[in-house]
Amino acid sequence: MIVKNSPFDRFLLVLNGLFLGLGVLIVVIPFGYIIAASFMDPTVLLNRGFSFQPADWSLEGYRKILGNEAMIRGFFNSILYATGFAVVTVLISICAGYALAEDTLVGRKWFMTLFIITLFFGGGLIPTYLLVRQLDLLNTPWALIIPGAVNVWNIILARTFFKGISKELKEAANVDGASEWTIFTRIVIPLSKPIMFVLALYAFVGQWNSYFDAMIYLDDPNLFPLQLVLRSILIQNQAAPGMIGDQQAMAELKKLSEMIKYSSIVISSLPLIVMYPFFQKYFEKGVMVGSLK
Amino acid sequence: MESSAKPGRSGAHSVDTGKQSVSRTRWEHIRKNSFLYLLLAPALLLTILFKYVPMYGAVIAFKDFSPIRGIMHSDWVGFKHFEKFLTSPNFEVIFMNTLKLSAFGLICGFPIPILLALMLNQVRRKGIKKNIQLFLYAPNFVSVIVIAGMLFIFLSPTGPINQIVSWISGQPLMFMTDPEYFRWVYILSDIWATAGWASIIYVAALANVDPELHNAASLDGASLLRRIWHIDLPTIKPIMAIVFILAAGGIMSIGFEKAYLLQTSMNLPSSEIIATYVYKIGLQSGDYAYSAAVGLFNSLINVILLLGVNFIVKKLNDNEGLY
Repeated sequence: MIVKNSPFDRFLLVLNGLFLGLGVLIVVIPFGYIIAASFMDPTVLLNRGFSFQPADWSLEGYRKILGNEAMIRGFFNSILYATGFAVVTVLISICAGYALAEDTLVGRKWFMTLFIITLFFGGGLIPTYLLVRQLDLLNTPWALIIPGAVNVWNIILARTFFKGISKELKEAANVDGASEWTIFTRIVIPLSKPIMFVLALYAFVGQWNSYFDAMIYLDDPNLFPLQLVLRSILIQNQAAPGMIGDQQAMAELKKLSEMIKYSSIVISSLPLIVMYPFFQKYFEKGVMVGSLK
Repeated sequence: MESSAKPGRSGAHSVDTGKQSVSRTRWEHIRKNSFLYLLLAPALLLTILFKYVPMYGAVIAFKDFSPIRGIMHSDWVGFKHFEKFLTSPNFEVIFMNTLKLSAFGLICGFPIPILLALMLNQVRRKGIKKNIQLFLYAPNFVSVIVIAGMLFIFLSPTGPINQIVSWISGQPLMFMTDPEYFRWVYILSDIWATAGWASIIYVAALANVDPELHNAASLDGASLLRRIWHIDLPTIKPIMAIVFILAAGGIMSIGFEKAYLLQTSMNLPSSEIIATYVYKIGLQSGDYAYSAAVGLFNSLINVILLLGVNFIVKKLNDNEGLY
């Protein structure tokens, strides 16, 4: 960069830096507050508000959350649903994307149109719900996995990826005389690890964070994912069943439920916080390929 | 979307000229590539089952749904449910709530990611830029439940924000129960949650700008703002058009999830939108047909908006629209 900046331009750049710093603060402060408050003594937090006195630290909220059955069950349900959803979505997207990337697939254009139409038109909530009910998927994990498994953006993403490699694949196949199945499993799948990784991460995160499908398709509390348990704590202000004993006083209950809110937010976000730095480098790659065809 | 040449198909055409033999080679072609169709089958079947069957199922909006007789065998009632919705006293409130929330959200939310991207583009140190992005993208990965929960915590009458507000004005503001504030809470928190992530596509596009262009412009005496205006902005203009069309097309389909979570019985006058209404009358009260009609009405307006905005953007943007 040899660009010469005038004094006014340099002033603008400094201002730019300040505003970006402010933007970062606006993101960091709320999270920081929640994390710090989750380690505070609930009585102190309730009576005096937030402070940084070292004597006020406490792990009471985490003890309550980790000892809570609904929360733990929700956690494992969520892992199950998110993993299952990621596996199914990635397999379907990779297979369809590979097929649609091949020039020899007659009717590609029609198939693409068929998929793309679904991005703009839909039957709506009620007909979809009635269909899921009719298929007897209500109150099964499949209701969260199967109806949303086809993601058109993912298919486009995979297809774009395969467009880049599919010619060389055909040549290799001609030389070796390998069967289609061998090519797909031995060459294509191993080559597409990066794209599978990106798709799996987005699918996992999406399912981990969603609650709506679970809310309408599941009745059995034993099947509830973490987000539904979290909703009852955060939004409906109900401590999850078994969290607070009957004999405890109202003040105690209020104090604990406030406490539990902070720690449950932290616990529920933990898997994503841990994964986040690892998948950051895939952000731009994934978004670019997906959005610009 | 499909723009590339089609050697597979044109190949089949060039081999034979007769109509019958063309279709025969095509069938042969399909047979030879049956493996590809096998790969495509799961996605195709699931799409037809879970997207196209419900589209057909939407006829329930024109019927008097009886659970015993099922969708197909219930009686037709024409536009009865639509009339009921359009003439109900709720209609205007719900319709305007949906429209206002989306339109304000679009007006406030659309420019900010662009601004962020232009600002990030000025950060020359790669490491610093990456770190800023790491933080700005983060809220996008937080669940909507957590965001709603945080809003209830921060905006409660005794929460941290109201501690500051009452310190200044002596009185806490009823953010979550006063219908006045609902829109602002919704829109500002939406911008907080999504603006960083929404900027990623512009950031990626700006990375393709040739630095030589900036150098040349600078040598000609162009100031920073002029260079942004004449070099950076035109680069991202096509993407801006697409993002805007998609956002405007979805203007009526404002997110059910957050609106539903942020609803309290007190802020209902401004927080009840079509999506939450459809959920309540449909799945909570069991009035499937009426609810489906309301949902269909909503989709219809969406499609009209999408086509309309696409048409206008095309006129303004040298015929560059979504399609």
